[in-house]
Amino acid sequence: MADNNLFSLKIITPDRVFYEGSVSMVEFNTTEGEIGIYKKHVPTTVIVNPGILTITEEEGVREAALHAGFAEILQDEVVILAEIVEWPEEIDISRAQAAKERAEERLRSKTPETDILRAETALQRALARIHVIK
Amino acid sequence: MASMRDIKRRKGSIQSTQQITKAMKLVSTVKLQRAKQNAEKSGDYFRCMFETVNSILQKTKNLDHKYLRSGASGKKAVIVITSNRGLAGGYNSNVIKLITKGELAEEELAIYAVGKKGKEALQRRYEIKADYSDVIEEPVYADAMVIGRDVLEAFEKGEISEIYLAYTGFKNTVVHIPTLLKLLPVEVSEEEMENGGSAEGADKALMNFEPEDEEALNLLIPKYITSLIYGGMIEAVASENGARMQAMDSATSNAEEMIDKLTLLYNRARQGSITQELTEIIAGANAIS
Repeated sequence: MADNNLFSLKIITPDRVFYEGSVSMVEFNTTEGEIGIYKKHVPTTVIVNPGILTITEEEGVREAALHAGFAEILQDEVVILAEIVEWPEEIDISRAQAAKERAEERLRSKTPETDILRAETALQRALARIHVIK
Repeated sequence: MASMRDIKRRKGSIQSTQQITKAMKLVSTVKLQRAKQNAEKSGDYFRCMFETVNSILQKTKNLDHKYLRSGASGKKAVIVITSNRGLAGGYNSNVIKLITKGELAEEELAIYAVGKKGKEALQRRYEIKADYSDVIEEPVYADAMVIGRDVLEAFEKGEISEIYLAYTGFKNTVVHIPTLLKLLPVEVSEEEMENGGSAEGADKALMNFEPEDEEALNLLIPKYITSLIYGGMIEAVASENGARMQAMDSATSNAEEMIDKLTLLYNRARQGSITQELTEIIAGANAIS
């Protein structure tokens, strides 16, 4: 039965409950690499890296850009505490493009003062935003 | 007895003051509703955050981590959340009293001010390290991230050894509690540990962490601090508007009372002057006849 593969997913930000519902799979990027979670995953807490959040519901697939936070994975429940997460319709494409170019520029013209880690995260964020829109 | 004209003028001025306090009350009532909603909406996030950090700390009780021990320097940072505007009863002074009357020694404090009122009151006696007064008008999460980053940077450099947060907790519309909260080094009290342990012990016992505990703490604690600062700001805004609403409510009813008294005085004076005029007319008429 299809019902048995569903688990509850809750995505909470400081300002609102971003998503709440039953899903069959959720994928996102973590500090350890990209992961996909089905029901009955081993209980784990992971830290989120900027990337694409893919939610597979019964009716279809939804995507969003997830930038920072952490997730608590239990056997039949996943809670993502997101600092920043956006649906495609909330993203400003021109701003994301500009941010991408800025970050690339910074990485190219490396000076000793460049905060490489910060530029890389900014680039990852911009790429995730652009990808989600397309 | 004051003249009729004086009383009338006085009454007029109180009436216009009353109009202002009434309007301010209405404005803060609306703002309070919004702030309350915000506080409720973000409640979930903080509960989860708190539980997760607690469960990690429970697992790693004896860990020697940079965020869990106090640094060498004696400086203590206090993030003081007050309002930018006054006329909110004891709201601002209660928070300031926490610091001036508290156990914290004067010379070792570094103030991170959020809110003009707190900054103005504290800058004479304490060192103001930074001022973020603009954010309290409409706190967003990004503001808390900036403040959190700044204090953590100072902490890591060893400029400060402890971080406190002074704000007004919002219990309900009429009860606001000035609170001094220790942010760093993180301390989880035994009681909370027991609560957390018994409620979800079975569930969380098997929790894995990816990356490992220590690295997870490195990443989680800044988020934890940021969310506490944000929560403090949200609650402080709700408390501020609640306090102002109460203050303006009592100001309005005081004005009402004064107007009643003055109306009585005015009527009495008017009656007095009519009686006097009558007496004069009668006396004049008698003198002619």
